[in-house]
Amino acid sequence: MSALQPHLPALQVIVPMLTAPLVALLRERQFSWLVTTAASLCAFAVAIALTMVVLEQGTISYEMGSWPPPFGIALSIDAVSALLLLVVTGASSLALIAGATSLQAQCESDRQPLFYAAWLLALAGLCGILVTADAFNIFVFMEISSLASYVLVAGGPDRRALPAVFKYLVMGTIGATFYLIGVGVIYLMTGTLNLADMEVRIQQVGEFQPFLIAAAFITVGMALKAAIFPLHVWLPNAYTFAPHVVTVFFAACATKVSLYVLLRLDFVVFQQNVGGHDVQFAYFMLPLSVLAILIASAVAIFEANLKRLFAWSSVAQIGYITLGASLISQAGLTASLLHMFNHALAKGALFLALACLAMSVAKLRVDEIGGIARRMPWTMAAFVVGGLSLIGVPGTAGFISKWYLIQAAFGAGSVGIALIIIILISSLMAVVYIWRVVETAYFGEAANDEAREAPLAILVPTWIAVALNIFFGLHPNLPVELSSRAAAVLLGTGP
Amino acid sequence: MTVVFSMFLLTLLLITAIAVVHAGNLFVAVMLSGIFSLLLALNFFLLDAADVALTEAAVGAGISTVLFLGALSLTTDREKSPSPHRLLSLAIVAVTTLAVIMGTLDKPSFGDPEAPVQVHVAPWYLETTREAIQIPNVVTAVLSSFRGYDTLGEVFVVFTAGIGVLFLIGRHSGTKPQDIGPPHGEPSGLRHYLIPRLIGRMLVPFIMLFGLYVQFHGEYGPGGGFQAGAIIAASIILYALLEGEKRALQVLPRSVLVGMISGGALLYSAVGVAGMLMGGNFLDYSVLLDDPVKGQQIGIILIEAGVGITVTGVLLSIFHAFAARGRF
Amino acid sequence: MELLGLYHYWVFAILLMTGFYAVVAKVNLIKKLIGLTLFQAAVFLLYISVGMVEGGDAPIFTADNADSLFSNPLPQVLILTAIVVGISTTALGLAIVVRINEVYGTIEEDEIQEIDRR
Repeated sequence: MSALQPHLPALQVIVPMLTAPLVALLRERQFSWLVTTAASLCAFAVAIALTMVVLEQGTISYEMGSWPPPFGIALSIDAVSALLLLVVTGASSLALIAGATSLQAQCESDRQPLFYAAWLLALAGLCGILVTADAFNIFVFMEISSLASYVLVAGGPDRRALPAVFKYLVMGTIGATFYLIGVGVIYLMTGTLNLADMEVRIQQVGEFQPFLIAAAFITVGMALKAAIFPLHVWLPNAYTFAPHVVTVFFAACATKVSLYVLLRLDFVVFQQNVGGHDVQFAYFMLPLSVLAILIASAVAIFEANLKRLFAWSSVAQIGYITLGASLISQAGLTASLLHMFNHALAKGALFLALACLAMSVAKLRVDEIGGIARRMPWTMAAFVVGGLSLIGVPGTAGFISKWYLIQAAFGAGSVGIALIIIILISSLMAVVYIWRVVETAYFGEAANDEAREAPLAILVPTWIAVALNIFFGLHPNLPVELSSRAAAVLLGTGP
Repeated sequence: MTVVFSMFLLTLLLITAIAVVHAGNLFVAVMLSGIFSLLLALNFFLLDAADVALTEAAVGAGISTVLFLGALSLTTDREKSPSPHRLLSLAIVAVTTLAVIMGTLDKPSFGDPEAPVQVHVAPWYLETTREAIQIPNVVTAVLSSFRGYDTLGEVFVVFTAGIGVLFLIGRHSGTKPQDIGPPHGEPSGLRHYLIPRLIGRMLVPFIMLFGLYVQFHGEYGPGGGFQAGAIIAASIILYALLEGEKRALQVLPRSVLVGMISGGALLYSAVGVAGMLMGGNFLDYSVLLDDPVKGQQIGIILIEAGVGITVTGVLLSIFHAFAARGRF
Repeated sequence: MELLGLYHYWVFAILLMTGFYAVVAKVNLIKKLIGLTLFQAAVFLLYISVGMVEGGDAPIFTADNADSLFSNPLPQVLILTAIVVGISTTALGLAIVVRINEVYGTIEEDEIQEIDRR
C-alpha cells in the first residue's frame, strides 16, 4: 500500500483504462463482465483511498513522466475532484453489478465484451478529467469518455437510440470544440495549459477582453455537454433509449463531470482574475437555472415514458446544481456540490429501480405498471425511497442538499426569497410526478399478471443505493465536509 | 511573396469550404472536402508545422475521404430535402462570425516572437529536448515524452473509435447489405481494370515503405506513429480496393487486426507502467535504462511503435467494417 | 504581417461558422458530419497560426539551424492530437449513420423524425 500510495492519482485513471484493451480481447461474456466489474471496484477503492489522503493532507499532485508542470502534464486532486471521483467510480461499480442481469436482456452476448471495454473507457475518461490539472488533457479525456458514451448509448435495443446518439455525438463534439477554442484563446494570451499556472499568468496579462471571449466559449461548450437548459435537447432521448444500466451510470455522473470542468475553469481560472466575470456568470446562470427547474419539472409531470420522465427530472436537478453555483458564495457552492453527490444517489437508486422494473415490464410506461407493486414489492419500495430522496424528504440524502440550498438562498437577500419559493414549488412538482408513478403502481388496476420480482442480482445493488440514500440522509458528515472544502477550493479561500 | 501566397491559399480554403457546404451531391461534397484537407495541409506547411501538415494530408485527405465514400456507398449520395430554416441559421451564423471577428481584433500580433505564447513554455521544450532527449524533432519529443500522457489518451481515443465501430457495424446482422444503396464497383475490387491495377500494385509496396520510414524517422524529421499508421493503413486499403477486400483480409485477418488494436495500446501502457515499476512516475522513460537520455530515446521509439500499431489496426478494422457491409 | 495575422483569425472565424451552419441547418446526416469536420478544421488553423513565429523554422533541429528561431512546437503537438480525435469522432459518426440508414432506410433527419412519430 505504501509503495502504491504516491502513484494513486495515476492509478485512478490507468486501472480502468488499461483493463479496456484486455477486455476487448476477451470472447466470453461473463468473464469480461467480471474483469470489468473488478476494475471498476478497484477504481472505487483508489477513489476512497485518495479521498482519505485529501481529507488528511489537502491537495495531492503527481507529475506524469516526471516532467514538472507547466511543461509536463500534472495531476492534482483536491476536495472537488475527490467528491466527484467517489460519485463516478461508485456509480459505475453499482451499475455494473446490476448490469450482469439487466444487460443480458438488452445486448447480444457476443457484442458484450466490446460493450464492457467501452464502459471502462468511459469510466477512465471521466476519472481522467477529474484528476488532471491540464486544460488540454481535460479535452483528451473528455473525448475518450464521450466517444465511449456514444458507443454505450448506441448499445440500446430500441432503434430510436441511433438518432438519439447521433444528436448526442454532434452536440457533444460542438461542445468539446468550443472548449478547445476557449483553451486556445487562453493559451494564446498566457502561453500555458496548466490550470494553476494559467491562474497566475492571467493576473499578469491585465487585459480582460480575450479572457471573456474564452470564458464565453468554454461556458457554452460545457453547458452543452452538461445539458444545462436550454442546451439539454440531446439528453432526454439519449437517456431514454440507452441500455438501463448505462442510464444509471450516466444519470448519476456523466453530466456532473462536465459541470465540474465548467466550475473549475470558471471559478478558479476566470472569476478570481478577470474583473466582473463573477457577475456575468451569475446573470447568465441564475435565470437559466430557474427556467430549467420549472420547465423541465413541468415536462416531467406530463411524460408517460418512465425513463424519459426521470431524464427530464435530471435536467431540472442540473438546474439546482447551477442555481447553487450561481449564488457565488461559500454556502451556495457547498449546496451545489453536495447536490451533485446526493442527486447521484437519488437518481442512481431510481434508475436502478427502473432497471428492476424493466425485467418484467417491456415498455417502461406509466400505463403499463398498474398494480405492479403487488407483484414487485421490493422494487417499488426501492423506487419510493429513491423518489422521497429526490423530492427531499427529511431522513434522505436529498433533504440535506435542498436544506443547504435553501440556507444559501437565505443568504442571498431579496432574490433569495424568490429562489426559495421556486425551490419549494419545484419540490411540489417532484411530488406530483413521483406520486403519479407510485399511485399507479400501488393502487392502479393490474395491467400485468406475469410480472415477477426482479432477480436478487439486480435487486441487491438497487437496495445498496437505497441504503446509501438513507445513510447519507442521517449521517451527512462526509459529503458535507468534502463539499464545503471543495467550495473553499473553488472560491480560492481554502487549501 | 509568401504573404500573398498565404492569403491566396487561405482564400482558396474558404471558397472550398463554402463549396463543400453548398454542394447538393454528397459525393461532390466529400471530394471537395478532400481537397479542402490538402489545402489546409499546405497552409500548415507554410506555418512551419510540417508534422501537422503530414498528418492532415494523410488523415484528412486520405482516410477521412475513404471513410466518407464508404458510408456513401452504403447509404445514398444525394441530399434530399432542402434545409428548412436556412435563412434563420444563416442570420445567426453571420452575427456570430462578426462577433468572433470583433473579438479577435486585439489579439497579440501574429508571428511575434515576443508574444506570451512564444516566451513562456515553448523555449523550455526546445532547450530540454536538446539536453535531456537529444533528438532533432522537438514536436516528437513534446508529443511522446513531455506530453506523453496526452498521446496515451489520444491512442485510447482511437482505440475507443475502433471498438465503437466494431460494436456498431462489425457484425453481419439486420438487413442484407445488397438491399441498400446503389451497388458501387465490383465485388472483387478493380480486378478487371488492367492499368489502375498494375500501377496500383507497383505503388503499394512503396507507400508501405514510406509508412515505415515515417514511423522510424519520427525522431529526426516530420513523422511518427500516427502518420505512419495512417499511411500504412492507406496502402493496405489501396491493396484491398485493387485486389478485393477478401485478399486484403487474407493478408491481415480480422483477428490479427483486433490484436493490433489492443496490442498497440497495451504496448504504450506497458512502457508507462515499466517506468512506474522501475522507480519513476508513470510514463517516465528516463528510468528505463541506466543512461536517462538513452532511456528517453528507447521509450519514445517503443511508444511510437505502439501508436503506429493501434492506428493501423483501428483504421483497417474500420475500413473492413464498412466494406463488409456493402462490399465496395 | 499584421494584416496576414488578422486574416488568419478571420478565416478561422468564417470557417468555424461555415461548418457550424452545415451542422445546424442541414438535415442530411452525412452533410452534418462533413460540417463537423470543417468546424474542427477551423480550430486546427487557429492553434497552428498561434504557434507560428515570423522568420522561424519548423521545430526540427538540423546541422545548420542551431541558432535559428523556431516556431512553437506545443500547438503543433496539440493539433496532432486534435486531428486524430476528429477522425475518430467522424468514423464513429459514420458508423452510426450507416446503422440509421439500415434501420430507417433514410439519412434525412426530418424523415427519421417523421418515421418515429408514426
